[in-house]
Amino acid sequence: MREELKIDNDQATKEMLENEEYKYGFVTDVDQDVFPVGLNENVIREISKRKEEPEWLLKFRLNAYKKWLKMKEPNWAKLKVEKIDYNSMSYFATPKERPESLDDIDPEILETYDKLGIPLEEQKMLEGVAVDAVFDSVSLVTTFKDKLAELGIIFCSFSEAVKDHESLIKKYLGRVIPASDNYFAALNAAVFTDGSFVYVPKGVRCPMELSTYFRINAENTGQFERTLIIADEGSHVSYLEGCTAPKRSTSQLHAACVELLAHDDATIKYSTIQNWYPGDKNGKGGIYNFVTKRGNCVGKNSRISWTQVETGSAVTWKYPSCILTGDNSVGEFYSVALTNNWQQADTGTKMIHLGKNTKSTIVSKGISAGQGQNTYRGLVQVSENAQDARNYTQCDSILIGDKCGAHTFPYIEIKNPSAQLEHEATTSKVGEDQIFYCQQRGMSEEDALSLIVNGFCKEVFKELPFEFAVEAERLLSVSLEGSVG
Amino acid sequence: MLEIKNLHANIEDKKILKGLNLSIGKGEVHSIMGPNGSGKSTLASILAGKEDYEITDGDILFNGESILEMSPEERAQEGIFLAFQYPIEIPGVSNSYFLREALNSIRKSKGEDPLKPVEFIKLAKEKIKHLKMDESLLNRSLNEGFSGGEKKRNEILQMSILNPCMSILDETDSGLDIDALQIVANGVNAHKDANRSFLVITHYQRLLNYIVPDFVHVLVGGVIVKSGDKSLALELESKGYSWLEN
Repeated sequence: MREELKIDNDQATKEMLENEEYKYGFVTDVDQDVFPVGLNENVIREISKRKEEPEWLLKFRLNAYKKWLKMKEPNWAKLKVEKIDYNSMSYFATPKERPESLDDIDPEILETYDKLGIPLEEQKMLEGVAVDAVFDSVSLVTTFKDKLAELGIIFCSFSEAVKDHESLIKKYLGRVIPASDNYFAALNAAVFTDGSFVYVPKGVRCPMELSTYFRINAENTGQFERTLIIADEGSHVSYLEGCTAPKRSTSQLHAACVELLAHDDATIKYSTIQNWYPGDKNGKGGIYNFVTKRGNCVGKNSRISWTQVETGSAVTWKYPSCILTGDNSVGEFYSVALTNNWQQADTGTKMIHLGKNTKSTIVSKGISAGQGQNTYRGLVQVSENAQDARNYTQCDSILIGDKCGAHTFPYIEIKNPSAQLEHEATTSKVGEDQIFYCQQRGMSEEDALSLIVNGFCKEVFKELPFEFAVEAERLLSVSLEGSVG
Repeated sequence: MLEIKNLHANIEDKKILKGLNLSIGKGEVHSIMGPNGSGKSTLASILAGKEDYEITDGDILFNGESILEMSPEERAQEGIFLAFQYPIEIPGVSNSYFLREALNSIRKSKGEDPLKPVEFIKLAKEKIKHLKMDESLLNRSLNEGFSGGEKKRNEILQMSILNPCMSILDETDSGLDIDALQIVANGVNAHKDANRSFLVITHYQRLLNYIVPDFVHVLVGGVIVKSGDKSLALELESKGYSWLEN
């Protein structure tokens, strides 16, 4: 079946009113500049021109586009996805008035972020968290920029980085995820519009959480952001991204790329709370989330840690991975993925051990409810030179009801006999006796379910920065609403 | 306080309770004894509101109101507590978090403000000291990796914190050594007062040396065949149940 990604405003509004569970499903009414639908070389040239990009970047885009045209959508994931018509969506949407400072931002947009719990005015900012906010294709504002600059930390939108720190972008863009890496990464490389850039200089420990908030607002557009984080020798940074989108009766595509690079003794901690619109109870609408995230521990003793809480999106396809190049480097992946109603997730990680004494840890928690299908797919690869590599994998699934599914595909490729790998996997059902026990102590059925599922996810939540762990617990409870009784 | 009238109940068309009558007044301790399969645990589950059973006749009144249409959590909020024969494990959820959620659910139903974590910990530590239990019990995952005795003691701790007026103990003594039995019994006795009632379900007279019942009932084949005072328990201990059957 083929569903056109078409505009149907009245229908979308009606469904918004009928379907109250997803509280971020509102639309912000701002004057937007949106490209006509369709994708071709001219669209890419126009994006590049609007962003006043240097010639080499346009070439990077066009090169990626040519490769993309020859590639095929991957079909190995355990996902049923309606055919995406890449010529029926727009590749660029921006509020017409470009803000110069916070005072110039359309009050409607400020209100949007306020509703999302992300006040942009610095005085109201969550203590110790710097925020970059991406609204559709354009990054609006980065708070705390000056304070960070004193330490030499660069935290800005990708577009700004291209202008102000061109040499860094030129050096690192596409180094971890080459433009031709996979179908969606190539598409992203061709049409990416904005995202965040972070550079932490040698020996600097970033004193606050860096955070980006992504918001899809315009209808009928895809969102293609690109994030690049470089941690120089001995530096340390913790970064968090959050995502929401309005409710639409048609599906929208989100194909992002995130590249991380850690030099000697550097640590990058990357946390995601993904709450894109998951579609309605009948599986209509929702975000198609096809994301490529990869980090390279190029330096000795470096560490990259991914923590993700995936509760949104109709379809999730992502495998945040670590290439452990440097000796003694460490890769970690902590994941909670929840699928309710008709949501599908195929997610996991790749740990590629290249250096000596490299270590990786994988903890994956899949929760399936309703008709949801949840797949863990992971690869642990140990190369010939990776002497004494270690991996620990724990992969747990929990089922709520009898119409959902949990699937596990662990792949292991070992070329060095000194490797030591451990793999543990469990699948369980939320027991009626557990729910009854909680009810007998005075809790409602839904509170009981949320308590049990949060307990199941505890090992992952404890990896999140504290404020976000609280948010993750709350989000999980909301996402489970209606899955019992 | 609790009045069970002519209760008939089935599970999957099998008749378990066949016209059970029982009346428990304020501050009274009643004990139900009986052979395996006589319906003791079924009665406990039905009082707590477990859905697996079909009530075909009769009624259960709690403080004069029928509770048959009430959900398990509504019954708990009204003050009915069941100490489980086999307490359930919930991995990743600490005992203290679970208890605070439970207590705050009950407080909320009464229109009271929730207890803050600090206030709750203070209360829990008081209770735990009073019951001569180990504080580390609070920080462990709910019942996970607990020994049989620890699980049963934890049920009593929960009772003491949630402060119900009608406590049902379903074979809380089974699997306990004599020291654990004493701790459990002390917990119950400390909770006992003029407004709180107990229904103690047990196989053995032993427990009743520590928790002295006002009434003892014998349940056989889904009905109460004999009632008496605590001396009945001693009689059962020496004579068994067979003389009461058929």
